[in-house]
Amino acid sequence: MNLLGKLTWSAIPFDQPIPLFSAAVVILIVVGVLVWVAAKGWVPYLWKEWITSVDHKHIGVMYCLLGLLMLLRGFIDALMMRSQQALAFNAPGYLPPEHYDQIFSAHGTIMILFAAMPLVIGLMNFVVPLQLGVRDVAFPTLNSVSFWLTCTGALLVNLSLVVGEFARTGWLPFPPLSELRYSPGVGVDYYLWAVQISGVGTLLTGINFVTTILKTRTYGMTYLRMPMFCWTALAACMLIIAAFPVLTATLAMLTLDRYLGFHFFTNGAGGNPMMFTNLIWAWGHPEVYILVLPSFGIFSEVISTFSAKPLFGYRSMVIATLFICLVSFCVWLHHFFTMGPGGDVNAAFGIATSIIAVGTGVKMYNWLFTMYGGRIRFATPMLWSIGFLLTFITGGMTGVMLAVPPADFLLHNSMFLVAHFHHVIIAGVVFAVMAGITYWFPKAFGFRLDEGWGKATFWFAITGFYVTFVPLYILGFLGMTRRLQHYDVPEWRPWILLAAVGIFIYLCSAVCQIIQLAVSICNRDALRDVTGDPWDGRSLEWATPSPPPAFNFAHLPHVENLEAYWNVKQRAREESRLDGAAPYEDLEMPRNSPTGFVCAFFATFIGFALIWHIWWLMILGLIGAYATFVVFAWRDVPEYVIPAEEVARIDRANRAVRQEALLSEQPT
Amino acid sequence: MPSWRGISGRCGLATPLVVAALWPAKPCFADSILAPAGPVGAGDAIILLDATIIMLAIVIPTMLATLAFAWWYRASNARATYRPDWTYSGRIELLVWSIPTLVIFFLGGVIWIGSHQLDPFQPLSRAKPLEIEVVALDWKWLFIYPQQNVASINELVVPVGTPLHFRLTSASVFNVFFVPRLGSQIYAMNGMTSQLNLLADKPGNYLGLSAHFSGDGFSNMHFATIAEPQEQFARWIAQAQAKGEVLDAAAYRRLLRQDISLAPYTYRGVLPGLFDAVAMQKLPPGEGPHASRDGAGINPHGGT
Repeated sequence: MNLLGKLTWSAIPFDQPIPLFSAAVVILIVVGVLVWVAAKGWVPYLWKEWITSVDHKHIGVMYCLLGLLMLLRGFIDALMMRSQQALAFNAPGYLPPEHYDQIFSAHGTIMILFAAMPLVIGLMNFVVPLQLGVRDVAFPTLNSVSFWLTCTGALLVNLSLVVGEFARTGWLPFPPLSELRYSPGVGVDYYLWAVQISGVGTLLTGINFVTTILKTRTYGMTYLRMPMFCWTALAACMLIIAAFPVLTATLAMLTLDRYLGFHFFTNGAGGNPMMFTNLIWAWGHPEVYILVLPSFGIFSEVISTFSAKPLFGYRSMVIATLFICLVSFCVWLHHFFTMGPGGDVNAAFGIATSIIAVGTGVKMYNWLFTMYGGRIRFATPMLWSIGFLLTFITGGMTGVMLAVPPADFLLHNSMFLVAHFHHVIIAGVVFAVMAGITYWFPKAFGFRLDEGWGKATFWFAITGFYVTFVPLYILGFLGMTRRLQHYDVPEWRPWILLAAVGIFIYLCSAVCQIIQLAVSICNRDALRDVTGDPWDGRSLEWATPSPPPAFNFAHLPHVENLEAYWNVKQRAREESRLDGAAPYEDLEMPRNSPTGFVCAFFATFIGFALIWHIWWLMILGLIGAYATFVVFAWRDVPEYVIPAEEVARIDRANRAVRQEALLSEQPT
Repeated sequence: MPSWRGISGRCGLATPLVVAALWPAKPCFADSILAPAGPVGAGDAIILLDATIIMLAIVIPTMLATLAFAWWYRASNARATYRPDWTYSGRIELLVWSIPTLVIFFLGGVIWIGSHQLDPFQPLSRAKPLEIEVVALDWKWLFIYPQQNVASINELVVPVGTPLHFRLTSASVFNVFFVPRLGSQIYAMNGMTSQLNLLADKPGNYLGLSAHFSGDGFSNMHFATIAEPQEQFARWIAQAQAKGEVLDAAAYRRLLRQDISLAPYTYRGVLPGLFDAVAMQKLPPGEGPHASRDGAGINPHGGT
């Protein structure tokens, strides 16, 4: 009996300079930051205001921070993959297969589950309650649990860099390759537990937001008065509730195969690996729409605001969103047309897939007609949105090309496919998140981001994107398949080198983004958003101060039509005064709670112990996590009171500035 | 049952247009899937190009409209009419829903017909095909010619102009058999048999590879596909029948070990029913990294 299970010193890659060096750098940075924070005496502040916070705005910001960090990590993986392929023509390159395979697996897992998901969920967290005109989500502490469990997943994935290895199976661990026989190491186990634990967090987020949107809207906020972003968030969260349990069950079956000798997906003993392919895509395809639907919501908000017009065809947009939501569950088989299901099945799923393009097409046209007759300001968020409109449409087109089975027979699993899904995810999700962060940043922090550096970020990103991925499309036509660690076909080489140039252009974008943050923080006084409405916004989040107080709204707003805040501003302009303030009352807000953080702390140990078969530690972790839940369930004082005077002070100050700004405007 | 001539003939509506459009880029695509060396590849490629052209017909105008609207309605353009309350138009709504719907109707027809005509299991003609059995191994390809009773590793030799009927399975993990210039790819999966019908109508040496990641040796899982005239093919078969060892149970067991970069070689005979025994899992599956090292799970960085 080994007290540390499978864990020995050989788990640390002493013989491999690249992971060892990068791990050392990361550890140094993390320790450095922690020491700096402690030396500055910020620990109590961080603990009280952020780590234990159950305020949806703080949780949203932390989600985005996690997402951006992981985006950077995933991008470094991408740089390594592109440079490896650039060097590996008739040569081994600098990354041996067992390392390269981990990098592309980690890249996919991190980018989808720990970068894109936290960024989208983070924006949802920050914006949805504000847009609905409420003070928090339905279950604030659960929200904190969700976030910290996602962190646990991200931590486990990154831990695999130093201790052991990550999966070498691709971002979806297809059996039989992921079975014990072909992947005996801990890599797949890291994947399984990281994704399972963060998946629980995601499912809880889904439940939380569906409840929030269905049950806790402000007065008069009927379904058809909700901003588009709330609709898309609702659709995405319903997809989460429907799809994530499928993921959990599928990975649980693979876990049983690996840990307890079951035969769900094994070669032999009646196992059926193709069932895994079916099940994982029954989650995997809706997952794409979980990411892209809220992104469509962000673009709807941005395009409408910066065109100074309401969204064109709002009802059509709602119908198209729900249509996509529903149909996205009927198309998963297009991921394996080439397994040979036969003409009827392939044709049915091919047509179902292309039908999704109807919903997306409707949205494209509605955005187009939102711009028609508008007064378009080309601020950074609008640049990202127009870049999206122009780029996403061809990405959608290559998607429909892949949905045509005979065309898929030539392009499946080729670089064309890689180019396609990066095309839609970068233009659809990353551009949306960049637009969303720039758009809502002043709301979160009280100052705008620097426009010059923001525009530079955009232009480098879109140029880098095309220079990287157009060559990959061409490589697909040249028959190059994905995930090749080395190759010896001379025709491929120029395009691979061009793609490597492209990603270095994209690197400039990442650098500009970091500079933009630094410059904006230094110039924050010049960029200050005094009124809380820096973009002449239309929905309720702009009716609060920037940053909003813990209670969001002193009085829950009464909504009379689709454009809740625009309506208030119009009336203020007509009547030359902002509606009078009603009497203020004491407000009760949920108390901060360390439950989420402590739960995740134990979950990290549970995950680590399961990966390395350290059973005593797993049992301790389970006891700790359960005890945390019990302590939380027995809490006596769930809320604290913000006195009416405090509410009045904050609200009156903002109202005065806001009224002054509104009335000093030139009438339009 | 459509003949292979029918496939390329019927789908060839847009061919002249496409050829004209791609003419300047021709040298770049000499070795691509757009320069197919057989009717299946040609059928696939034509459908690909047809679908692309159908979609470009609305994609390009939409992109131009996006640019035009964004530019004309810029805030600084005093000549543009501001319509702050224009949010609904029944006619435009109708148009917005019907344009994509009609395109998808059209495309749906292409998908339905194409999926059936180019179904990989569908025989290409009534002529008797050459049977080839494919077994994906870690990390090499085994090609068995049951009618000729020979087998080859990492080299697929086929006669030009003869329909080829492949049956495929895997001895270990999933792989995809793919010769881009001949056309359709298909999975090779353990415990299952898939089928593929191809035909090479031009002699040549075409790249073949796996299109599904299968582990550390995946990048080495490529093979030369040599399409040659019937007489040369017969000569190759005769040579293969004359030399090398026999692929019996012991030789097959050696193939189950993980290795890479095997130079092509042939077997002069094959254990009868070997392919079916692999597909029906009557023989043990590929060894994986286990057998070579005790406690492979402990050292995570070990290769094979």
